[in-house]
Amino acid sequence: MTSTTPAPPFDPRVLKAPHPVPGAPNNWRRFLSFNTDAKVIGLQYMITALFFLLVGGLLSMIMRGELITPAADLVDPTVYNGLYTMHGTVMLFLFLFPILNGFNNLLIPPMIGAPDMAFPRLNAAAFWMVPVFGVILMASFLVPGGPSGAGWWAYPPQSIQNPLGHFINGQFLWILAVALSGISSIMGAVNFITTIIRMRAPGMGWFRMPIFCWTAVAAQAIQLIGLPVLTAGAVLLLFDLSFGTSFYLPEGGGDPMLYQHFFWFYSHPAVYVMVLPVFGIFSELFPVYARKPLFGYHVVAIASFAITFLSLIVWVHHMFYSGTPQWMRNLFMVTTMLIAVPTGIKVFAWIGTLWGGKLRLTTAMLFSLGGVFNFIFAGITGIMLATVPVDIHVGNTYFVVGHFHTVIFSTITYGVFAGIYHWFPKFTGRMLYEGLGKLHFVLTFIGSQLTFLPMHAAGLMGMPRRVASYDPEFAFANVLASLGAFLLGVATIPFLLNLVSSWVRGEKAPPNPWNAIGLEWLLPSPPPAENFEDDVPTVISGPYGYGLGRPLVEDEERYVAKAASAATGA
Amino acid sequence: MTTTATSGSPRPWAVLLLLAAVLSDLAASFWMAAQSHRWLPVAASAAAGPVDDLFALEVGIGSFIFLGCSGVMLWTLLFNRAPKYDLDNGDPIEGNLKLEIVWTVIPLVIVMLIAWKAIAVSTTLSTLGGKVRVSGGHAAMHGAEAPAAAPMAADATAAANPIDVIGRQWSWEFIYPNGVHSSELHLPEGQRSFLRLSATDVIHGFYVPAFRLKQDLIPGSVIDYSLIPTRAGRYRLRDSMFSGGYFASNQTDVVVEPPEAYEDWLAEALRQPLRPAANAATDLYNQRLARGDRGWATVPPAPPPLVHVSADPEAPHES
Repeated sequence: MTSTTPAPPFDPRVLKAPHPVPGAPNNWRRFLSFNTDAKVIGLQYMITALFFLLVGGLLSMIMRGELITPAADLVDPTVYNGLYTMHGTVMLFLFLFPILNGFNNLLIPPMIGAPDMAFPRLNAAAFWMVPVFGVILMASFLVPGGPSGAGWWAYPPQSIQNPLGHFINGQFLWILAVALSGISSIMGAVNFITTIIRMRAPGMGWFRMPIFCWTAVAAQAIQLIGLPVLTAGAVLLLFDLSFGTSFYLPEGGGDPMLYQHFFWFYSHPAVYVMVLPVFGIFSELFPVYARKPLFGYHVVAIASFAITFLSLIVWVHHMFYSGTPQWMRNLFMVTTMLIAVPTGIKVFAWIGTLWGGKLRLTTAMLFSLGGVFNFIFAGITGIMLATVPVDIHVGNTYFVVGHFHTVIFSTITYGVFAGIYHWFPKFTGRMLYEGLGKLHFVLTFIGSQLTFLPMHAAGLMGMPRRVASYDPEFAFANVLASLGAFLLGVATIPFLLNLVSSWVRGEKAPPNPWNAIGLEWLLPSPPPAENFEDDVPTVISGPYGYGLGRPLVEDEERYVAKAASAATGA
Repeated sequence: MTTTATSGSPRPWAVLLLLAAVLSDLAASFWMAAQSHRWLPVAASAAAGPVDDLFALEVGIGSFIFLGCSGVMLWTLLFNRAPKYDLDNGDPIEGNLKLEIVWTVIPLVIVMLIAWKAIAVSTTLSTLGGKVRVSGGHAAMHGAEAPAAAPMAADATAAANPIDVIGRQWSWEFIYPNGVHSSELHLPEGQRSFLRLSATDVIHGFYVPAFRLKQDLIPGSVIDYSLIPTRAGRYRLRDSMFSGGYFASNQTDVVVEPPEAYEDWLAEALRQPLRPAANAATDLYNQRLARGDRGWATVPPAPPPLVHVSADPEAPHES
């Protein structure tokens, strides 16, 4: 449409939106308020999380600087212990959980055609606990004695030794932060599950729901079942540390093993809380960029719940060498190995989706392909770790560090990056630069292989995890890993540059830049405050109808035209 | 432009290509499985053989799956790319029930076979004996003085007189039935050695990579353990469970020697005077104090144990 008056650069309805819009007044203030709009909360989560990704990454680079030589020469061993503890804690509780909740907030309402979350105030309260416990955790760097140096497992009795005897100490603040994080996540889970169960668009039955929403329910169910256990376990730990109880102390009749059960009952499934939404992201992206329906949609959807169920009965595989009797080792080995079946189903379904497709290698697709490639590797080392006799050798070594970083970084964080590249235009109204994105991918891919592959080798040769110094025979692997880690640090530069400059002055995004199928792509970019408002479409077919010629919703042309006209301001 | 749909009867060249791909995947996987033995330290206990074989089996199966999956992904990357400006869709295949059943059942069978084999290996090794909890009061932290758990094997005399392994922040102490105290572990080659593991402060991990064995020492518990060293030599024993400040320094050596040499060592050791063991954590802690106690909080190291034989930190270890 051409007209003499310059068109406003965004949908006028967007101006009413409480979320930031390029060019709109007072953008930044929307972020700093107790805002109940899911899209604002989603961006609040994501920006907070990306900040803590930088914090956690900085900590890891100091660690890799220490480990580039065998001796403990860069920092004191006690400082190293604090660094690795905080690296793990920050990355899990302040980067991954928040960023995935950011995706939940941004994606769930538009994907199911809801105007917002079921409990907007609960949602905002859950978010604002993140900066609160983030500050508590960062403050622990400043208390006498430094932050917790007990690892993110915080196994007693070591975690409650409290050398200086102060009431407020690093470990105290750490437990407080983890407990608050647990409460925040439980609040979030109640909200996400209710929203998906109760607020779907007309016609969207369970088997017309996008896989991302399936995996969100499957993951958040774990939060509801598992987190109360961890949070209770953490509170008992706090009592042992600060109030002289002895739930976990043998001197007082307690047992340190009890804590390990509490901890792993949640903290193993926690990996699935993080990986399931990423499986959802992969399942959304492969059909778009391979231009094919998701292979075996029903089975992929149901496999998410098989993973949820199995994830709750595998935790003892973290305790094979903790004095666990043989029958129990065997039992938990079998349950752990069964997880290979539903995850295998998903991986094969993605490969089936690629087969015979029309692949478009956008940055989002590259990160998805890289993530699945790495995940197959991690799945195989995971089976090795589940095997009791092999785990007895490699457990608590760098083999485990290599394995879980291949999951947490090279799969989950790849998926997060893929999701950001895919949905950034939708929620900011601006396109990202593909060139910088591809540079980010190439550096990340090389960096992560260089960092995490040598760790497997060092672990097989017997290098324990969590050491500040090591025998010289492990030096070569560690030099490679350190160089890789620094490269990963460099890789964030194009990423951040891309995010900031694209948001400020990137090319304007059309409603559906990837030619994707899904309710969120029927909305303008960025979507107005209440998504479809009163005009919620009726869903009439499954979510991945690429090449099937079936419209997703009734009156699809009208929605497409409406979003397009909103974009041009006509 | 249209795609070439792979439907109808398979073409001979496609079958040949698939066959060649599977065969080369198989060959590469066998090669990887054979290589896997070189990724591990020297094999110095009876456990190493079965564990390494099990690992090699998993490397072989894993390589086959990894190369197979990434090969297919590479194929699609090379031959299923959309040309620029081609906005067509791919083949609208929504699934294939037979294929989905196959890729559910085959992984299930594979992992259950691995689990079955792993249970057989664990049963053969049977390194882990009973565990007795000693909770409450002073005794809990001095588990070594607690009554022994029931002997676990036929070798009743050796089982009744195990070597006490005590983990501390951050030192190892080994007490032999004849009264020898040592900070390095000497074991006779080719015999089952019985150990009694306890920790006096926090959890530690008894880990000898050359033995492929690891067992935590848990305060408040006494754990019976046994193993059979099979190769003479000096190997590292590392603390594998994070134990605080100087965790990384908490390592010593295991010396495996022929039974006669072992008996000689026991007799000779008893003639040595008791003296504090060399201790890396104490040295590091003293250096820290000398530099003004900078760094984050740590409990001070426990006093090094008084031993007849102290480990030599300079002695070269094989793995």
